[in-house]
Amino acid sequence: MIKVNGISKSFKVAKRSTGVGHALKGLFHREYTTVEALRDISFSIEPGEIVGYIGPNGAGKSTTIKVMSGILVPDRGSCSIMGYTPWMERVPYVKNIGVVFGQRSQLWWDVPVMDSFQLLRDIYKVPEPEYRANLTLLIETLDLNEIVNTPVRQLSLGQRMRCEIAASLLHSPQILFLDEPTIGLDAVSKIAVRHFIQTINQEKGVTVILTTHDMNDIEALAKRIILIGKGSLLYDGNLQALRSRFGTRKTITADYRETDIPLDIPGVSVLSWSTERAVLSVDTEQVMISDVLTQLSRQVELLDVTIDTQPIEDIIVQLYKEYQIS
Amino acid sequence: MKLYFQYLVILFKSQVQYRTSFWLLTLGQFFIPFSIFAGLYFLFERFGQIKDWNFYEVALCFAVIHMAFAISECFARGFDAFSSLVVAGDFDRLLVRPRSTVVQVLGSKFEFTRFGRLVQSIIVLVFAVSNLPIEWTVLKGVALFLMIASGVFIFTGIYMLAATLCFWTIQGLEVANIFTDGGREMAQYPLNIYHKWVSRFFTFVIPFGCVNYFPLLYILGKTSANSDLYVLTPLAGFIFILPCLLVWQFGVRRYRSTGS
Repeated sequence: MIKVNGISKSFKVAKRSTGVGHALKGLFHREYTTVEALRDISFSIEPGEIVGYIGPNGAGKSTTIKVMSGILVPDRGSCSIMGYTPWMERVPYVKNIGVVFGQRSQLWWDVPVMDSFQLLRDIYKVPEPEYRANLTLLIETLDLNEIVNTPVRQLSLGQRMRCEIAASLLHSPQILFLDEPTIGLDAVSKIAVRHFIQTINQEKGVTVILTTHDMNDIEALAKRIILIGKGSLLYDGNLQALRSRFGTRKTITADYRETDIPLDIPGVSVLSWSTERAVLSVDTEQVMISDVLTQLSRQVELLDVTIDTQPIEDIIVQLYKEYQIS
Repeated sequence: MKLYFQYLVILFKSQVQYRTSFWLLTLGQFFIPFSIFAGLYFLFERFGQIKDWNFYEVALCFAVIHMAFAISECFARGFDAFSSLVVAGDFDRLLVRPRSTVVQVLGSKFEFTRFGRLVQSIIVLVFAVSNLPIEWTVLKGVALFLMIASGVFIFTGIYMLAATLCFWTIQGLEVANIFTDGGREMAQYPLNIYHKWVSRFFTFVIPFGCVNYFPLLYILGKTSANSDLYVLTPLAGFIFILPCLLVWQFGVRRYRSTGS
């Protein structure tokens, strides 16, 4: 469905230096540096996938989305989405995609949401029965009934984002690009948005590509992630594999009856120790968790034990470090 | 065209949300050209006539160009205010919608308060026409209509050129106002009162002369015989928009390859 092959893109950026003198000089003469936003990016995405596209700020996420949605023309490389080259056949192509820029609204600010929806219907030339059906479904699943007649400027961020997502789906696109859809949302709205993305993916088979900084989004939605840093593709695969590759450390917190004897378990590093509680770090590739637990119960009188998997955030930070991109 | 009308409706709804400011701005737009017109009046009061043009003839000229300006500022405001669209990054949004960029930019903004200016110039037009001894024919009516329509096209073309420059500069260019505001100020008088090079520039480069001067001669019966061709001169204004559209397309292509 989506085939991206060797996309590269560089931008010329004016050098900026501080100081009035330099600013004045910049009025007449500017030096440019070339920034390589994307270097030889290739991947392909099958219909019905949800792909999390992640990377630190300035990694090239938005540039990729812009290339894939036909806004930008890359310097090199090819891209075929549903048989179209996005930047060559912009008008027929964009009918098939929906795009949500989390930081920018696509709704008309001063009029009720419904008016925006109707205008979008006319822009995309959506046939009336299809529009009706989509609208009913969207209003129901996104719980928009009470807000569609409110002007956009009076909506909360969470309400607005739900409307934005609805607006991008009125023309039944087969691919949905979400650029930071949960940015700035409270926990309840985030969950509602995630839930909805899952629903349209499962029920309508919409392929979803989402960029985000919130690893919970990824964990809840995407089976597959593509990691990009400084314009290069660093990792493409499923979350589980990433975990088993980088997230092999587990943390064990043990509470026990007061004792003065320090713990001594081979292959385990002690992160903190007191007479009643110890926090241990275990590399599961070297030591089995069950062995550690056995050892623990022998040495102390256990009251409570919790085992934590390394959070995905930490794995990502580790990855960034490994590729030296943070 | 239907879509353009839908844009019109939604933005009209937006604008009337702010009723007080809407009426105040409309009123202001009514009085701005009014003061310019008052200046015109006092000028003629003092000097009687300029070259061989009398007050009412110039008033007709004035009314036509101000009508064209008001209409274009109202309906082609999207191009006039295009820099804000680029700065905010909202132009990307237009590119992911399956419609031409021209229609979408036109539909991105309307300035309905320019109706104040329009009403004012209609009053001046009626005032001028009723005081001029013109024998109206169908062709003269057509000429008058074409003058206004063609003027709208020329102003729109200039906005479009200025908007294209925004792709390079990001910020709006006050330079373009030399040609819009400047052109308007120039063209509110008959062109032959100016220096040759000025009138040539505004005939062959930006064809305000074809909008205002030549058809005006025809309407006022100041042309020699066999002059029906003068009716067609405003068509130059329609032609003017074609290269502007090409330049615009070029700008859009550049934007999409540089992303700035």
